[in-house]
Amino acid sequence: MVRQNRRVQSFQELILTLQQYWAAQGCVLIQPYDMMVGAGTFHPATLLRSLGPKPWKTAYVQPSRRPSDGRYGVNPNRLQHYFQFQVVLKPSPDDIQELYLQSLTSLGVDPVNHDIRFVEDDWESPTLGAWGLGWEVWCDGMEVSQFTYFQQVGGIDCEIVSGELTYGLERLAMYVQGVDNVFDLDWNGAGTSYGEIFKSAERQYSEYNFEQANIDHLRRHFDDAESECLSLLAAKLPLPAYDNCIAASHLFNLLESRGVISVTERQAYISRVRALAKKCCDVWLALESIDDHSATEKND
Amino acid sequence: MTELLVEILSEEIPARLQLGGAEDLRKIISRKLQELDLSFDIATAYVTPRRITVVVNGLPSQQPDQVEERKGPRITASEQAIEGFLKSVGCTSLDDVGIEIRNVKGTEFYFVKRLLHGRSTSSLLPGLISDSVVELRWPKSMRWGVGRLRWVRPIHSILCVFNGVRLEGQINFDTVLGQSVSNSISFGNMTQGHRILAPKFFRVRNFKEYKIELHKSFVVLETEERQRRISQALEILAKKYGLSTRENDRLIIENAGLVEWPVILSGTFDSEFLELPEEVLTTSMQTHQKYFPLYDEEGALAPRFVMVANLETKDQGARIIKGNERVLRARLYDAKFFWDSDLKISLDSHSKRLRDITLHAKLGSVGDKVERLRTVGVSVAEVISGANPDWVSRAALLCKADLATEMVGEFPELQGVMGKYYALYQNENNEVAEAIEEHYKPQGPNDMCPTSSTSVTLALSDKLDVLVSMFGIGERPTGSKDPYALRRAALGVIRLILENNIRVPLSEILLISHNSFENGTLEEYSSYKDSLVSFITERLKVYLRELGYNHEVVSSAFAVAEDDDVWRLTSRVKALKDFLMTPSAPDLLKAYNRASNIVKIEEKKDGANYASEANKELLVEQAERNLFTRLVSFHQKVHDALNREDFASVMEEVANLKEPVDQFFNDVTVNVEDLKLRRNRLYLLGQIRDSLKTVADFSLIKG
Repeated sequence: MVRQNRRVQSFQELILTLQQYWAAQGCVLIQPYDMMVGAGTFHPATLLRSLGPKPWKTAYVQPSRRPSDGRYGVNPNRLQHYFQFQVVLKPSPDDIQELYLQSLTSLGVDPVNHDIRFVEDDWESPTLGAWGLGWEVWCDGMEVSQFTYFQQVGGIDCEIVSGELTYGLERLAMYVQGVDNVFDLDWNGAGTSYGEIFKSAERQYSEYNFEQANIDHLRRHFDDAESECLSLLAAKLPLPAYDNCIAASHLFNLLESRGVISVTERQAYISRVRALAKKCCDVWLALESIDDHSATEKND
Repeated sequence: MTELLVEILSEEIPARLQLGGAEDLRKIISRKLQELDLSFDIATAYVTPRRITVVVNGLPSQQPDQVEERKGPRITASEQAIEGFLKSVGCTSLDDVGIEIRNVKGTEFYFVKRLLHGRSTSSLLPGLISDSVVELRWPKSMRWGVGRLRWVRPIHSILCVFNGVRLEGQINFDTVLGQSVSNSISFGNMTQGHRILAPKFFRVRNFKEYKIELHKSFVVLETEERQRRISQALEILAKKYGLSTRENDRLIIENAGLVEWPVILSGTFDSEFLELPEEVLTTSMQTHQKYFPLYDEEGALAPRFVMVANLETKDQGARIIKGNERVLRARLYDAKFFWDSDLKISLDSHSKRLRDITLHAKLGSVGDKVERLRTVGVSVAEVISGANPDWVSRAALLCKADLATEMVGEFPELQGVMGKYYALYQNENNEVAEAIEEHYKPQGPNDMCPTSSTSVTLALSDKLDVLVSMFGIGERPTGSKDPYALRRAALGVIRLILENNIRVPLSEILLISHNSFENGTLEEYSSYKDSLVSFITERLKVYLRELGYNHEVVSSAFAVAEDDDVWRLTSRVKALKDFLMTPSAPDLLKAYNRASNIVKIEEKKDGANYASEANKELLVEQAERNLFTRLVSFHQKVHDALNREDFASVMEEVANLKEPVDQFFNDVTVNVEDLKLRRNRLYLLGQIRDSLKTVADFSLIKG
């Protein structure tokens, strides 16, 4: 029986509900990656693990940063720092859409009462050399999730196709709580709002992203991250190398929000990050198969 | 009548690919049926976001029988050879029915003649359908799970019923090695209704039942029917509120591709947002949310919109409406935020920030371009009647400023439009404001072409800058690749010139634009001028053909002179076309061809050139003297008319030549014994050819 008038979930409860739901589907619950990333896809648990033949299921929250989206905490819908809830199911199961719809029900969004739509949206990340086909999921006209079948990552064909579900937690929470301003979101159900925790950070980081970040330092850090990444790859250490690729990507985003990158320069930066991402994927995959091989030998 | 019913149930197919995909599948199945000699009455395709259905009526129960004849070995062949033949045709002895001896050119051979029974249709269909589904190519396809099959989105089930009976079959595909999952999708006789409202699978026996059951399960199978429902309900709803809609076919089609069960609902937004420019509101509604805007009696936007949902709910869509209203409110709030913050800064200040936006690594910033447009605009204004150089200069300064605004950052499709609104807000002259919007126009052959002199001047200057800058740094379109839309820019130049009767040689205005670049930015003008001029005149040819001018007429008029005056080239084409419609044209064409053929042949034979004027003294016959006089006066009159650019008169003169030319061919023999006379007459024929060549190359026109 459908529970009526269920109490509206707080932001943290939404996360807990999603974690419980996806854990019950066999997902490994892991923690956010401890680096500045633009989206949950950057987490090695998604990007690297979507490569190769091993099945994998995971779910996690990923704080994400898009420096140019900052609005000094003034705009009720825009943030430069926000939260994604990321689910990866590898291989994508036949009932992945149903699983997703049930997760919405668990959040109090019953598809019988709402207009849930799968609207074409093909995903491509030029910096990661990755693309996939799928949809954005609309709930009563609002995009609440991204749904992607990975086809290629780091320029490599995905041997097994992963289904990636990304929930935009703030949008979803605003929807569930019926709130028009992101800063008014109820974080804990006990009087602490989203704004209390993050509004001042939004103002500070907007000022940093748009005005204060030292351009020369950013450029130099980018070059450093790039060269560090390459030397770590040469040392066959794809994971720390990939950290530097992530760092380079974020530095590039900061340079962009500082408005100092021309169209052609932009292309050049993107292809430099992509080259790093591709190499990280290559080396990681090569190492994986060696590890597998030696693991089998030990077992023998 | 027999009926084959096939349905591929899948995850949501992108709206824009549905109709093409369904039609392709229908064609593939039809072709394969024909290849198997299975004739049918009709094959029909249906499509919704989640299913493609193909129905084939009137298939036979089996392939037609066929008589097969095969030649075997000579009757004198070895026993082994004869046995082998018998075996290969399924016989055991030479006495079997169908084995006969025939004489082929004096030698006797064994033959077999036998009846091949056609295979039953139901045994052929499974393989055919499986192959058809796999063969269907989508513009963008994907793999899923561990399978290797590529389709537009994952396939969930395949319904396959022939005459009420489920066909046994499946689609097989490879999987990743070592994965213990099924590597096939079996055919069944079940399907599913609406994803949310009726997800239970039900059995299907025939199309009629299928359609009815689907309808009961909240699926409208026919695309046209979904469209009709949307457009009807839309009109009813609009009327209910005393409002109306505008042309919206594309939006109706798109919405019909997003739902299986269209439910039309209406919501409102706060009328305070109506102070935003209409384009901002309609872009939010139509492009982003796929809503239908509504308008009041005066044609102004009303604070109400219509949306298409995919299901009916117990609360009559109350929650859906509320949700959509909130989404739109958030979007409009954003827009209002951008609008307010953009207005705090003058367009002049926005324009200054264009220095920081790079146009192209070799071409400097957008700010540099604005400076060029100001210089070029003032010079181009001199050839445009009524153009006010101050207004042009002002409009040029502001025309790109909105690229630095937040609104255009968020709604790139509103570039120009926002500039106009911001200009009006800061009390710019109307014509200046309009020019800011219109200087991007015309975009292509069907877009509105500016007519006010400020807009025309700026639009022309902008396009010249695009063409000159790209040709000047060696970025020319090749084949299908035209990343900077130079063909569209060239067409823009052409339409601006023609539709505003601008008289100026291309090379002259291109030079003005070239000179506006800092020294050393571009290659030497002389190094790319010719190719750029001919790039534009080639576009003119294409455009004239699109306007309905015959290919030969265009080439013939263009072949006469190296001209880079778009207006003059076009006038020639028009006049030539008019002339070719006159009654005297066919005869004159014949006479022209006759004259030039004779001259050509004799020139070759004699190793001579008959391109000079005939000697008046040597003209004997009345007809040749008359022709000579007429050609001389023709030459003078055409020369004058061409100078006046009076191409109608030119063509009239051409038509007047018909009579003396005809008379000449009737009365005068060219190949006479007297060599002097003969040569002189050939000169006269050469004169006909060359005179007409000053008007058009008639040899390119087939009579």
